[in-house]
Amino acid sequence: MTQPAALPADWRDLYALTKPGVMRLVVFTGLCGLLAVPVLPPFALGFTAILCIALGAGACGALNQWYEADIDAKMRRTAKRPLPGGRMDRQSALHFGVGLGVFSVLLMGLATNWLAAVLLAVSILFYVVVYTMWLKPRTAQNIVIGGAAGAFPPLIGWVAATGQMAPLPLLLFAIIFLWTPPHFWALSLFVRSDYAAAGIPMLPVAAGIASTRRQIFLYSLPMAAAAIAPWPLGLTGAVYGIVAAVLSLAFVALALPVLTNRASEPAGMKPEKRLFAYSIFYLFALFAAVVADRWLP
Amino acid sequence: MRADDEELIRGRQRQRARIMALLLGAFVILMFFITMAKTGLNW
Repeated sequence: MTQPAALPADWRDLYALTKPGVMRLVVFTGLCGLLAVPVLPPFALGFTAILCIALGAGACGALNQWYEADIDAKMRRTAKRPLPGGRMDRQSALHFGVGLGVFSVLLMGLATNWLAAVLLAVSILFYVVVYTMWLKPRTAQNIVIGGAAGAFPPLIGWVAATGQMAPLPLLLFAIIFLWTPPHFWALSLFVRSDYAAAGIPMLPVAAGIASTRRQIFLYSLPMAAAAIAPWPLGLTGAVYGIVAAVLSLAFVALALPVLTNRASEPAGMKPEKRLFAYSIFYLFALFAAVVADRWLP
Repeated sequence: MRADDEELIRGRQRQRARIMALLLGAFVILMFFITMAKTGLNW
């Protein structure tokens, strides 16, 4: 019988290697950063900037799966990915990830500007080297610092369009940076046994469930403040301000039952599941509000 | 290597070659539009 790894990888597996689900949120926040600029770039350049952000995110996904193939095999949630599933060899994943990453950075630099390209390169290296290789297997604070990698897209989108940094995209960076821990810890609470089995020191494994719930609630407060801040600072109008206030209050209101929940089994973690689902909607809606505020008369 | 294994590998290679051809074609078109935009010839 032919060994699966001896076959050239199927294109569907290469696509799965890019983590399309994660890429959607990255592309959306990058697009919103680009659409929030005072003067839009030509369509071809804006399109290329978003394409490069998507390819860079795909490179991160591929290199993450290349490095964590052994860990993925131990977790139910990830065991069927192309590498642990035996449908692709690790070298192909490495070549695909590096190729995609280098291509995305070079294309970004040539099409838009080299500051955007450097930011894209930093975000890829930060995710792969700092988060995946260094922090994730070592510290329970992995997602707090590593989450910065996912906060880059709106900043990259803005810089690709304008060539310079500004307070609004830096605040959008801060919002995603502060949103990542409560979002990810809500998930890690109800898949805690997976992380424990794989030996990853996620907060619920390293510090316990009660401490994680406290941290989720505490992080939701500065996150809400950062989300509302662009309005009083005069960087956005009332449309964004009101939407951000309502969405952020709802986030904190959903984090409260997580704080008071005492369940230790996934079956009793409805508040955590609700907060996780809402956190995805929250980020989409918040960034959509940034664009709406910029373009609505 | 059995004949059906070889056929499977050839099939995968053909499929990937087709996708690479499409992507290269799309890249050429993208570079054309980037050049137009960078030189200020927007239409």
